[in-house]
Amino acid sequence: MSLSAKEKVIVKDFFAKVSSRSDEIGAEALARLIVVYPQTKSYFAHWKDLSPNGAPVRKHGITVMGGVYEAVSKIDDLAGGLLTLSELHAFMLRVDPVNFKILSHCILVVLSMLFAEEFTPQIHVAVDKFLALVALALSEKYR
Amino acid sequence: MVEWTDEERAAISDIFSKLDYDDIGPKSLSRCLIVYPWTQRYFGGFGNLYNAEAIMNNPLIAKHGTTVLHGLDRALKNMDDIKNTYAELSVLHSEKLHVDPDNFKLLSDCLTIVIAGKMGNAFTPEYQASFQKFLSVVVSALGRQYH
Repeated sequence: MSLSAKEKVIVKDFFAKVSSRSDEIGAEALARLIVVYPQTKSYFAHWKDLSPNGAPVRKHGITVMGGVYEAVSKIDDLAGGLLTLSELHAFMLRVDPVNFKILSHCILVVLSMLFAEEFTPQIHVAVDKFLALVALALSEKYR
Repeated sequence: MVEWTDEERAAISDIFSKLDYDDIGPKSLSRCLIVYPWTQRYFGGFGNLYNAEAIMNNPLIAKHGTTVLHGLDRALKNMDDIKNTYAELSVLHSEKLHVDPDNFKLLSDCLTIVIAGKMGNAFTPEYQASFQKFLSVVVSALGRQYH
């Protein structure tokens, strides 16, 4: 499964369009992750404040969304472009890759909520594929 | 047996009370067929599914989307025994329709996303959690009679 040239354009255009609210998207997606999938809190046990609207969660959501935007800029070579991030996730964070999928789902829900008109089925499929490929690239160095 | 808190019951009731079945049903099913094209395998007799536009304008798909969404009403009315409520529908999907149960989750993800789009900020994280829990119980019940 790979992105066609047309899909890459769709993904780049859409993320450019919503970039002014990228912080909000990231914060909201991470907040939803820990509320809807409480087991994900296991990765954040070192934070004092695990409330979905608290500062640590929102700040980290922004960081994660920054990573997604980095992936957009490297859409032509995700595996190569995200090598450092993959090493981080594989050797340091050791996030189980199943969580990439559920975070992707939360991002899609937030995109739908905030951009209902723009988030058409055609854009949804391209973004879903993109996020799946990002997850795959992040899993590169796991084993 | 699945335990529901008062908040979860209230969230699920609220979501369904605001639901326009004729809008959300078609949108969810057509989105599923577009985002996960392999699901089209079950709709061979439904006419033109050639591209996204055709799917979104297909009246047979639209009608079926509404039907499927109304299927959730049974769970809504029998939240304390969803498992048995869907025994018959589970047999139908297994024996007659031969639907791979993994597809139920794909449709429920699309439904969640369409409802999020409709409700906007009213679809809070807590609402999403309750709704997804509800759908996962339905999905599990629908898969139970497969053998």
